Amino acid sequence: MRGPLTTLETPSEEIPVNSCITLRQAQVNQKLRICSVGAEGDLGRRIRDMGLMPGVEVTVVGKAPLRDPVALRLRDFTLALRNSEADYIVVEPLEG
Amino acid sequence: MEPLVQEHSMTIGLAGNPNCGKTTMFNALTGSHQHVGNWPGVTVVTKMGHAHVGTVEVDIVDLPGTYSLTAYSEEEKAARNFLIGTRPAAVIDVLNADALERNLYLAVQILELGVPLVLALNMMDEVRRHGKDIDTALLTELTGCPAIETVARSGKGKQELLEAALDLAKTRDGRWEPLVISYGPDLDPVLDEMEAIIAKAGLLAGQVPPRWVGIKHLEGDESIIRRCSEAAPEASARLAALAAKVAAHLAKTLRASPDAIIADYRYGYITGIARQVVRYPAVDVERIRMSDRMDQVLTHQLAGPLAMALIIYLVYILTFKAGALPMEAVQGAFAWLGKTAEAAMPDGLLRSLVVSGVIAGVGGVLGFVPLIMIMFFLISALEDSGYVARMAYMLDRVFRIFGLHGTSVLPFIVAGGIAGGCAVPGVMATRALRSPKEKLATLLVTPFMTCGAKVPVFLMLAAAFFPGSEAGVMSLVTLTAWVSALLVAKLLRSTVVRGESTPFVMELPPYRMPTLSGLCIHTWERSWDYMRKAGTTILAISVLLWAAMTFPGLPADRAQFFDSGMASAQEQIDTAKAQGQEAPELADALQRLGAQRSEEALKASAAGRAGVALESISSLAGFNWRVNIALVGGLAAKEVIVSTLGTAYSLGEIDTKDAEPLSRLLAADATFSKAAALALIIFVILYAPCSVTIVTMARESSWKWAAFAMTFNTALAFVAAVAVFQTARLFI
Repeated sequence: MRGPLTTLETPSEEIPVNSCITLRQAQVNQKLRICSVGAEGDLGRRIRDMGLMPGVEVTVVGKAPLRDPVALRLRDFTLALRNSEADYIVVEPLEG
Repeated sequence: MEPLVQEHSMTIGLAGNPNCGKTTMFNALTGSHQHVGNWPGVTVVTKMGHAHVGTVEVDIVDLPGTYSLTAYSEEEKAARNFLIGTRPAAVIDVLNADALERNLYLAVQILELGVPLVLALNMMDEVRRHGKDIDTALLTELTGCPAIETVARSGKGKQELLEAALDLAKTRDGRWEPLVISYGPDLDPVLDEMEAIIAKAGLLAGQVPPRWVGIKHLEGDESIIRRCSEAAPEASARLAALAAKVAAHLAKTLRASPDAIIADYRYGYITGIARQVVRYPAVDVERIRMSDRMDQVLTHQLAGPLAMALIIYLVYILTFKAGALPMEAVQGAFAWLGKTAEAAMPDGLLRSLVVSGVIAGVGGVLGFVPLIMIMFFLISALEDSGYVARMAYMLDRVFRIFGLHGTSVLPFIVAGGIAGGCAVPGVMATRALRSPKEKLATLLVTPFMTCGAKVPVFLMLAAAFFPGSEAGVMSLVTLTAWVSALLVAKLLRSTVVRGESTPFVMELPPYRMPTLSGLCIHTWERSWDYMRKAGTTILAISVLLWAAMTFPGLPADRAQFFDSGMASAQEQIDTAKAQGQEAPELADALQRLGAQRSEEALKASAAGRAGVALESISSLAGFNWRVNIALVGGLAAKEVIVSTLGTAYSLGEIDTKDAEPLSRLLAADATFSKAAALALIIFVILYAPCSVTIVTMARESSWKWAAFAMTFNTALAFVAAVAVFQTARLFI
């Protein structure tokens, strides 16, 4: 039996609540780390299937001409999601 | 159990994420030896192909692209049912090695089933270009799966890949060896307990590993849970209780659902592997990639929509300009065939059937083939390049208001969003939509667009009733079509196609140059599909409509009257000719008689009688019986509207492109008012799609929805036409 080689952090109490924003509020080119994904069911599954998990670092690389959806850069690929979906994702801005 | 790997043949599945190059790999492996197959219970099309490795013939099944195996989408269900139901000798998971972590998520789920798995590390060229490196040997060691580096576009590594799959299939000989991942201190004990219950009750025994069944219970997988409760209700109830208990516990302590925890640990497992296997460039991480730079322009707030409008316009122009010549050639060939048949066969019903029913019907279908081929070639190119995803991204905000998806723009444009398209390729273009509800709604309203065959109707009416402002009428028609399509889509999405919009979460794959061979294969298979399937059904419909417009025909005395009249006119002409005289007025009379005969024959046919019978209702919208017949004819093809109207107005055969005489007649007809013309315009925009479109809609959705489109659209069109007619009458 193989155990998990790493364990991802679940959103911990150490992150000050006031530094966390929803993904919708993030600025373009802002570097972020995902704190939690609140979506359940089909949407939650889709978000997780695409690798948007707590602890993952993302950058908002663009917004569509009508400011919605947003384009997100993960380390290896780019994703688009609607603002209404971004609301479920709580992120913490990183320095720099 | 009999060995799955027979001496000379075996089945291999090809799995992978969307945009991972799986289809390109499938094409590289099988070349042109492919055919499309439908798996029972799902609407998703799965392709099969053959390849040879030495003396072994390998059947390769191209599974739909999925990110996961949770069985929430049709694609995932199809892929999973194939793995469990067919038990392939081995599965090749094509991974976009450039995004290894996310791509391994599917691989891990296949491994948890225990299927013999080979990893194809595809797009290794991109990986290297980005300065990354992957330790393939270590990946094999950590996952226990043979990993082969490939570049599907150039076919690099495909032979090694097949050989590795063959070797693995031989070694494993049908044995499934499930991977066991720890799901942490909360779930592991529950899973052990579940596994024992499942093994004891023999739930899905011999099909899937017991622990996997347990995981599916924790994930809340409805189809597996249902199968278990049908097989062993008591054991199933215990599993449900266990799952509910741990879910409640997790909700309290971690504020997370079991499936979220499971995904967490799966990604944890994958991250652990990826961290050891993938080496990122030390300095170059911040480098902006080529693709991202292109996006800065192509999805820019101002430049993006402009570029999109230009690209859509180019697709449209190329399809219909480049398609015009071959389309005319095909139609010309059928016209020639019709004339030849007409000359070769004696006058009578059989000739009429062959010429007007069979040749005109089949010609009508095949005439679209050049357009469809060009359109599919261009759309495949846009899809393969990654641009369609950007279109969806940019337009989603607008289309979402109406319950549609950003990608819906493509079918709309092709179908005639810019006047002159064609609903048949438009409906087929809805394939680019991955979300089922949005696809259905798009498909149902796409035929409202102003296709090329409707244009002459509008032009003719404009010339008759609004002379001088044809351009204005056409613009208004196009605008009305768009507004109707969007509003009706909204209506459908709030009623019959109700439901939450599918999550948008979508990959924006890096821009890639499509391969010519891939484009040709896609174009051919889609076009052939259309020719084969639509051709057979259309033939039947075409013959049926021919019969409706032919039988029962003129009563004997009227036929006798016209025939003798025409015979005597012909006789007089011949006599005049013999005396060396021209008799133009006699020739005119003969032609008039022929035209009157056609008019009366049409009126006496089943379609004609229906037209007359409908007059009492249709007069609410200002339509007389002649218009009614023309509209019935339009069910076969919209081109028929103008020509049938010509016959009904005793013009004999008229040229669709030059309908001026008809315009004059209509304008002079006291029973057909300006208000009726407006009502007819709105009716033609909205009413039932032509038969070719109906068949295509049925192929893309189901006959139920095609029938719905016919009845609903016609009802809607009638209501709108009555409203327009009754209102316009007050003002005009």
